Amino acid sequence: MADLTEEQKKSYWRYNVTLTTILLIVWFVVTYLISGLWAGWLNQYSFLGFPLGYYMAAQGSLAIFVIEIAVYAHLMNKLDLKYGIREEG
Amino acid sequence: MSLGKVFGLYTVCFLGVTILIGIAERLFGLPPRWIGWIFMGLSLGIYIVIGIITRTSNPDQYYVAGRGVPAVFNGMATGSDWMSAASFISMAGALSAQGFAGLAYVMGWTGGYLLLAVFLGPYLRQFGAYTIPDFLGARYGGNLARIIGVVAAIACSFTYLIAQVTGVGLIVSRFIGLDFSIGVFAGLIGVLFCSVLGGMRSVTWTQVAQYIILIVSYLVPVVYLSYQLFAIPVPELTYGRVLQTNNAKALEITRDAKEKETRALWKKDADEANAKIKMGNINDNEADKLKTAAKTATQQATAPATSDDAKIGRYLTVPSGVGMWNFLALTFCLMVGTAGLPHILTRYYTTPSVREARTSVAWSLFFIFLLYFTAPAYAAFARFVIYAKLVGTHIAELPRWVTLWQPAGLFDVVDKNGDGIVQWADFVVKSTDFVVLAMPEVAGLPFVITGLVMAGGLAAALSTADGLLLTIANAFSHDLYYNVIDPSASLTKRLTITKILLVVTALVAAWVATFRVAIIVELVAWAFSLAAASFFPALVMGIWWRRANKTGACVGMIAGLAVTTYYMIGSRFYGVSWFGTQTIASAVFGLPVGFITIWLVSLITEAPPQPVQDLVASVRYPKSGQAITGDPLGRDLSAGAH
Repeated sequence: MADLTEEQKKSYWRYNVTLTTILLIVWFVVTYLISGLWAGWLNQYSFLGFPLGYYMAAQGSLAIFVIEIAVYAHLMNKLDLKYGIREEG
Repeated sequence: MSLGKVFGLYTVCFLGVTILIGIAERLFGLPPRWIGWIFMGLSLGIYIVIGIITRTSNPDQYYVAGRGVPAVFNGMATGSDWMSAASFISMAGALSAQGFAGLAYVMGWTGGYLLLAVFLGPYLRQFGAYTIPDFLGARYGGNLARIIGVVAAIACSFTYLIAQVTGVGLIVSRFIGLDFSIGVFAGLIGVLFCSVLGGMRSVTWTQVAQYIILIVSYLVPVVYLSYQLFAIPVPELTYGRVLQTNNAKALEITRDAKEKETRALWKKDADEANAKIKMGNINDNEADKLKTAAKTATQQATAPATSDDAKIGRYLTVPSGVGMWNFLALTFCLMVGTAGLPHILTRYYTTPSVREARTSVAWSLFFIFLLYFTAPAYAAFARFVIYAKLVGTHIAELPRWVTLWQPAGLFDVVDKNGDGIVQWADFVVKSTDFVVLAMPEVAGLPFVITGLVMAGGLAAALSTADGLLLTIANAFSHDLYYNVIDPSASLTKRLTITKILLVVTALVAAWVATFRVAIIVELVAWAFSLAAASFFPALVMGIWWRRANKTGACVGMIAGLAVTTYYMIGSRFYGVSWFGTQTIASAVFGLPVGFITIWLVSLITEAPPQPVQDLVASVRYPKSGQAITGDPLGRDLSAGAH
């Protein structure tokens, strides 16, 4: 592969930064608001028999973290291919 | 044979042997102690054999497993590297005691992987060094940053290692009745065989094998119990109903007259003990005993709900005010600490490419998730079993698991008001570890499953010990000796020094563990705050900000460590309190100080030299066709290898 042009480098990095920011916002909201500050209020609702706030802190947030990382890996690996980056390990 | 087939076959064989032991137990009445011995011998044997098969003296193999570990397997290895004796044996119990507040651990120890995935993992892999101080040394040009990194790595890892070694000793002594110190040294043989013979390569494949034992043994008892109670073998789904039942029972217990009577008796005990302490004129030994008695009595006198007309028990109550602040602060520190612990970060040096490193973080968290989202189910089932099957039974007709585990000293059943009936307040918990340890008996499973749980706990402790030991030995031998003291040392000499250090570190850790110092367990939680305040800011700034320089990073790491350590020691021993923050969340102050210091000091000092800035830029774009191996500064690390 030829080296990336300056322009390509910029847009590659911009995509990465945007994706990272979105994932971190979701992470923050899920952890500190939904499973933290709002958990008491959410507990008045029930999900699968669980109080919702408790459920989010015990299972929901964890599942969301796994999905977030999987999405990150998938999109970034796809982006690499788009820019012709094929590593040979 | 492919790796998948090898480990598939291994899993089938392991399950087969477990079933055979189960049959032997039923047919020939194999005694429990024998089952304990068989499981310990079998699992240690497996680890030793893997260690021997994968032995190596090639530096790339020894330090980073030849950078050839596929994502899924690195995920499993990270899983067992990460999940320690505490995660396996103690977390479910702590959750059952702390309720909602305890979920900070569940979220903190998983959410950190997102930070690792987006801020560090793939970039460290692209950089491609051997150790974390290696990165600090290359990025922040010179030995100062490297040495601070070495000190921080050892500070985080050593107490953590002692806790694992203690865990090994406890498991062995509880299950097969060996003396604690003999148990410790027996476990160390398993650890040393892997790490000394093949470094990272052996440790990696052993950890994969350990993960499989660990996860199977954790899930079997609780899945079976869920099936027994609800005919659905998915405890994660069914424990919602258990929570509701528990809550109703907690409210009932709070109002019950007999329970109130029992609690009042405990309250009286607590008051008497406290009065005696106040009067003074007793020696230290007696005072300690009284304090413990007062603490137990106070714990037993506490009702499961705050008042007679409460709607929910303490267990489900979401903390508010300072409690909420501490919950959030602890979650945050554990997350950032997770992303900063060197023995976890080095695992991402071992994948073949950046792509695999990214995928590997996802697999890691998935494998960790399997255990962590089951732990609260364990906690709920344990509470259920005590509420539904113990409270209200006659003192002479205790369930089998109680009579079996009571002698182990984890809990006690006392008939406080002498009515011959077990009240909730009559169940005195001494160590919440009973939740995991006694679960197979609770579910009415044969002893072979208890043996399996022992093997799982042992695997959890040994695998974490493996990773930590290697990190410590490499910090001394690779970072301190080779890079700082004698850069011309030959490969043979370096590997010999690493091997000697592995043995010495292991022996020192075992020796310290035999003192059974109570504070060790507490210090483990401190490791997260130390890692969060020292490594995380320097690594993230080093990767994400070209302008971060040597002076900034060094001052920042020291400032972060200093503030965190000050608050830890101050709040634990000298009554310092900022916003009522608990000791284990100390990094909530140290971390921002670290970031801000690196930023400010870097700005007012000279920009890093051009080659370093180019290095930062190059880490952002995975390279095609060239796997980065060896030293990023171009020195020939394998000198003398041929």
